[in-house]
Amino acid sequence: MKFGILVSEGPYTHQAADTAYQFVKAALEKGHQIHRVFFYHDGVNNSTKLTEPPQDDRHIVNRWSKLAQEHNIDLVVCVAAALRRGIRDDILAPGFRISGLGQLVESGIQADRLVTFGD
Amino acid sequence: MTEATGGIEMEEGQSGIVKKFMFVNRKAPYGTVYALEGLEVVLISAAFDQDVSMAFLDDGVYQLAKGQHTKAIDVKNFSPTYRALEGYDIEKLYVEKESLEARGLSQENLLVPVEVLNSKEIAALMADQDVVISF
Repeated sequence: MKFGILVSEGPYTHQAADTAYQFVKAALEKGHQIHRVFFYHDGVNNSTKLTEPPQDDRHIVNRWSKLAQEHNIDLVVCVAAALRRGIRDDILAPGFRISGLGQLVESGIQADRLVTFGD
Repeated sequence: MTEATGGIEMEEGQSGIVKKFMFVNRKAPYGTVYALEGLEVVLISAAFDQDVSMAFLDDGVYQLAKGQHTKAIDVKNFSPTYRALEGYDIEKLYVEKESLEARGLSQENLLVPVEVLNSKEIAALMADQDVVISF
């Protein structure tokens, strides 16, 4: 199955950012495809390379970058939501790109299921 | 429009597929950003020629309430945008009866014409969708 993923909450504050990652990882292990992961609302905060968690904690941003690199996953950050929160191209972690909301709608059209992680 | 639609040109975005999209609005218009940013997605979806509807439940019914004044909290009053939805051919607006009644509201208190349905009817509509996005 081809999944589209929507992440609506920020890292560390909310479980959604972790659960989305675990879901994507599990889906890939089962042989499913990920059409795109779209970051919206505070979810855009998952994309900044300025993120520095304590060393004994998981690195949510690097985890996404690594997964994107290994499985060629499209990680898209909403431009309007990103600019509102001070996220720009020059601070994006590897594997992320900034684009418009149309990418979310298109994922809903192209994927077999669009799965939301947020409240 | 190209930037807003994420660089997806119309022909490419359409690809002949028409899905039923329902945007579910469950939160009050102010206090969190979900209602405002949710509405931005709805407006963009209109460019993709999909079968779009909106449902308003819980505190989400306040999004459609008439007489919103936000000056005192220094937040933009975006409620006029709901009146513009018709111009985007987004005309299927469903409001949950139980949520309205629990808040002492009725159809006359709302900014735009809507269809009021009970929770069972809303559930049936949701089950019939291809894509449900909740804000």
